[in-house]
Amino acid sequence: MNAVAVIVGYGFHEAVRRRVFTVVLVLTVAFLGLFWLANHYVFSDLASIQPPRDVHVDTRTFAGSFLVGLAMFATLFLGVVLAVFLTLSVVTGDAERGLLQPLVVRPVGRSTLLLSRFLGASLVCVGYVLAVYFLAICIVALTGHFWPDVIVWPGLELAGGVVIVTAISCLGSVLLSSVANGIMVFMLFGGGLVAGLLGSIGHALDSHAIKHAATIASWALPFEALYQDGLRMITEHQTGLNAFLLQLGPFGGAYVHGSPIRIWAGIYLLLVGAAALALFTRKDL
Amino acid sequence: MTSALAVHGLRKRYGPVEALRGVDLEVGAGELVGLLGPNGAGKSTLVKILAGLVRATNGSAEVTGARAGSSSARAALGYLAELFRFPGWYTADEVLELHQRLAGSAGGAAERRRLLELVALAEAADRRVDAMSKGMQQRLGIAQALVGEPRVLLLDEPTSALDPVGRRIVRELLERLRDRGTSVLLNSHLLSEIELVCDRVAILRGGEVVAAGRPHDLAKPRGVEIETDQGTQLIEGATRETVPRLVADAVAAGRRVYNVRVLASTLEDVYLEVVGGETT
Repeated sequence: MNAVAVIVGYGFHEAVRRRVFTVVLVLTVAFLGLFWLANHYVFSDLASIQPPRDVHVDTRTFAGSFLVGLAMFATLFLGVVLAVFLTLSVVTGDAERGLLQPLVVRPVGRSTLLLSRFLGASLVCVGYVLAVYFLAICIVALTGHFWPDVIVWPGLELAGGVVIVTAISCLGSVLLSSVANGIMVFMLFGGGLVAGLLGSIGHALDSHAIKHAATIASWALPFEALYQDGLRMITEHQTGLNAFLLQLGPFGGAYVHGSPIRIWAGIYLLLVGAAALALFTRKDL
Repeated sequence: MTSALAVHGLRKRYGPVEALRGVDLEVGAGELVGLLGPNGAGKSTLVKILAGLVRATNGSAEVTGARAGSSSARAALGYLAELFRFPGWYTADEVLELHQRLAGSAGGAAERRRLLELVALAEAADRRVDAMSKGMQQRLGIAQALVGEPRVLLLDEPTSALDPVGRRIVRELLERLRDRGTSVLLNSHLLSEIELVCDRVAILRGGEVVAAGRPHDLAKPRGVEIETDQGTQLIEGATRETVPRLVADAVAAGRRVYNVRVLASTLEDVYLEVVGGETT
């Protein structure tokens, strides 16, 4: 346990000294400031927003749910950026620079080392995602007097999605150099978002084939499915066409949901973790 | 008695390249063994297998009786990699503290101070790594390898970035470690350094040990050189045992003898002979 704490501290120290947190803090403050401004203008001029005539929903719910959805996407994106930059070089990148070898030969062992780096990055990312998510919810509530139907679970699912990305990045770092790993993870993240958009198109067109393809992609990349499930829950109590429109979400629809995806996300995390540990244990450094 | 390091039939293949082809090597307790060979001979691969950084394809490698790479093997080891770096934002003291905690050393500040003094970095304890010269970082690397008083030390090119003073510091340190009973496997290109400090040497070529033994056992006699009032004469084939007779003959012949030198090939001569001038 002591070794885990030492390595978690090492990773944290590294992030502080590389000013990762400073950059993230500045960008987050900028995002939240702009988000507050957007909310301020939207809710001070609600009369100008006209939901479709056949949608029986009040304007405040219509605007508020879209803004929360937007905040969720931004939170996921910022969380993923943080996760990737904290973990993209934990194995191959650090080994190429000669930082890893002196640590690996110590008695702590490779599994402890990798798990600790993952744990440290995950703790930071989960804290960050939850903080930004709840601040964004508060901004919407304070400026527009709108609260999502479900508040806590969407935040937890966003955090879970970022933890999965962290695990994928750790696995990628065993196999790829820093740059290649960063590109790989961001392309997977982009692929997940595209799958969400594909699902939206499939639902709009009522195309079974497109919906099926989007569902498979979401299960293959469960961070996207968790994000979708979070989107679903912010307007969970809406029904019919209202729910259909609101759950489209700004960047991908809310179609994969419920306990099965949460359970699958847990299994997926274990599988990715096991693969990373197995490959790292066998890797020549 | 268990060897500090024991390698038997060790093979390592990187794809089509066979880096080690059945290497056998033992390092006894308190023994200082030098590893020599041209670039690509497999020296670093051998050291990395012993450190648990690289997996052997075949054969066995043990550290104090434990499989190389196992937790107990790593607990007995101190290792300096050929290419290493410490985070630039750490101070020398912080680097050692990190490694103390990872190695489970209870030496505390006193051990860190002692190690920094050993490598002549006592004044730089609070200096950040990125403000240190390459030579200082190399010496800090050696101090890091000594954290927790390991029984076995693997040093891969420890003096490559050092100036003559730094090399002397390391040489004296190695002699002190040997006196303390620490076993050392020293991988270096500097033949003179190996010759000066090592009890035994092993020369690798193409992944195989092509010569091994004590430096003076590997050296071959090259005759005796006698300096007299009539000049310097080289008597080929003569050995140390023949010196009294040679001197007596010279004196009997009325010559004045000023100096006698028994000539033997240097480790460099032996190295060049077995390696055949190979470099990559």
